[in-house]
Amino acid sequence: MSETALFIKGVDKFYGPIDHGVHAVKQLNMDVKKGEIIALLGSSGCGKTSTLRMVAGFEAVSRGTISLKGREVQTFPPVRRNVAMAFEGYSLYPPLTVRENIAFALKASKLSQSVVDEKVANIAKLLEIEDIMGRYPSSISGGQQQRASLGRALIRDADLHLLDEPMGQLEPQLRALLRGRIKHFIKERGLTAILVTHDQTEANALADRIAVMEGGVLQQFDTPQMIKERPANLFTGTFVGEPPMNVFSAGISGSGDTVSFGLNEGVKLDYKVSDFSHEVRAELMKRSKVVLGIRPYAVRRSDGGVGARVAVNQWLGDQTHIAADFAGGTMVLVEHDRTNLAIGENVGIRLDPSSLHVFDGDSGKAISHGQELA
Amino acid sequence: METTSTLEKTLRLIALTLVVVFFMFPIFWIFLMSFQTNETILAIPPSVIFTPTLSNYAALITGKLTTAAGTLDIAFMRNLMNSIFLSVTSVAIALVLGVPAAYAFARHKFKGSEDIAFTLLSFRFAPPLLVLLPLTQYFQWLGLSDTYFGLIWVYQLICLPLILWIVRGYFEDISADVEYAYRIAGHSWFATFRKIALPLAGPGIAAAGLLAFIFAWNNFVFALVLASADKQPVTVGALAFVTSSGIQYGQIASAIVLSVTPTLALALYAQRYLVEGLSLGAVKG
Ligand SMILES: Nc1ncnc2c1ncn2[C@@H]1O[C@H](COP(=O)(O)OP(=O)(O)OP(=O)(O)O)[C@@H](O)[C@H]1O
Ligand SMILES: [Mg+2]
Repeated sequence: MSETALFIKGVDKFYGPIDHGVHAVKQLNMDVKKGEIIALLGSSGCGKTSTLRMVAGFEAVSRGTISLKGREVQTFPPVRRNVAMAFEGYSLYPPLTVRENIAFALKASKLSQSVVDEKVANIAKLLEIEDIMGRYPSSISGGQQQRASLGRALIRDADLHLLDEPMGQLEPQLRALLRGRIKHFIKERGLTAILVTHDQTEANALADRIAVMEGGVLQQFDTPQMIKERPANLFTGTFVGEPPMNVFSAGISGSGDTVSFGLNEGVKLDYKVSDFSHEVRAELMKRSKVVLGIRPYAVRRSDGGVGARVAVNQWLGDQTHIAADFAGGTMVLVEHDRTNLAIGENVGIRLDPSSLHVFDGDSGKAISHGQELA
Repeated sequence: METTSTLEKTLRLIALTLVVVFFMFPIFWIFLMSFQTNETILAIPPSVIFTPTLSNYAALITGKLTTAAGTLDIAFMRNLMNSIFLSVTSVAIALVLGVPAAYAFARHKFKGSEDIAFTLLSFRFAPPLLVLLPLTQYFQWLGLSDTYFGLIWVYQLICLPLILWIVRGYFEDISADVEYAYRIAGHSWFATFRKIALPLAGPGIAAAGLLAFIFAWNNFVFALVLASADKQPVTVGALAFVTSSGIQYGQIASAIVLSVTPTLALALYAQRYLVEGLSLGAVKG
């Protein structure tokens, strides 16, 4: 049982008057263990930065508690929280060089000059910014500023590192390189980090657990694998994964030993009753409307399948993305070989019950995931 | 960088020269006048060729004004000292009060903060003559009329709103996150104010201080009504040159030269910081 580094309980954030202002974060509950890396994923404006700022102490908590190492801190000023943060807008101090900017994060820790110099040199090497250490923030590029700002956060020996989109400005190659190095750096020192990112690859590669947020509400907080295989609701299902999950709303009917999903334009998907477990069947039969989801790489083509019409066929160098008109919507398929399907051609599609995600038609909450169907 | 033709450069130079001459000529003329006697000044036609005399300055410094009707005592040097004392003290107090207030208004929005800030600014809307009469009454009541303390207090009406509003804008231009980055590294908000906010807003504070100084220096009515001869600044003291036997142009000119000098010196000195501030501005936010 490892120590809890951060515990957020029932936190609300209103900008403006409580209950009347902008409700940026809603009833947030989250726990982060010491040594964990958490990725915070969500669309723009969903409350990620607000959450980090409350943890850091720059925004007041409207309701609820925030504990760091078991100590409630929501009323403490930032000085007393021992948290490090890399800001979305970099926020370097203009009159200081990059080196001084990074070193001044250590000022309060009263380390000797030689220790500081060594740490700064390490960070510079880690982030590939050795050649700009003597420059001023105004004379370096956005990506360089971002790395300097990240360095200023990483160099500190804080209880918690909050990194707000720390690599958003970098090209994919550099990002991939730094991603590996940063993970190693954090894990080696046993640091705890929360990282906001819009890059799902980054989230999957770096994080022990991913928190998916939308509209100020935490949708799911789980390992990357669980998020992918067992999305808690329609939002997580469609938000995480590239290309996104295909979703179709469907009505349910059952007769004899078949369960049928009726899609738009009269498309009907029939499954055997035995394809679903008893509990899932019971859940399905309670409803008349559900949403079916299937990931593009799980969709199979088969001659006896349901009819679809190819609309787009793109070879991306290592995989094929096919978009087909299906049941009044679009079904995206990913295949690993090059296909010679022509636009307008009819194909048969098979949706294996073991790959099918079923969500409630109203609330969007997950009812079942393929793997547990049978 | 745009390339400019020689013709364009020449035209620009001519235009600039014209503007400079237009604005500088009166000052230059006054400067010349200050070295002339009343007779040469009033000679027709006027001439730039004359034998310079220091008699005007001598009269001001010794405080003895010799006119056709005899010798008058004038307190110009005392007026000058009063001006310096009143302006410097007022601006210093306004900075001490106004800069932290500006920071508070910029960083901590609370209910009614905008109203308070606006009320403070509105002190500058009221015509001084309007407040002067009630103010004189109150000051007599409180025993503040004809005291430096009272004058400096009234000068806050001029300096404080100016400093508050200008400096506030500069603080607002500094990204709050730059300060947060410092605070999160283990510094108190006061240390952040001193080490981050103040230096970054430095040029703005210098500009506001300079402007407030000029306004305080040039103030006339408050000092005219609220102070007696020994506490009056040069703006009021200059009235002494209008004598029963005529206007002493030479002395007025040298008095102007002397009274412009402190402001000019201050502006030249502050210029360094102002320019520095402009080049820093590029990386603010
Ligand atoms: N100071 C503020 N005053 C009022 N509303 C705010 C303020 N800061 C943020 N908001 C609002 O709160 C919501 C959440 O903002 P937040 O910055 O946390 O989003 P985010 O998830 O970090 O987005 P992004 O990915 O674009 O950075 C948004 O609707 C935003 O408009
Ligand atoms: Mg953000």
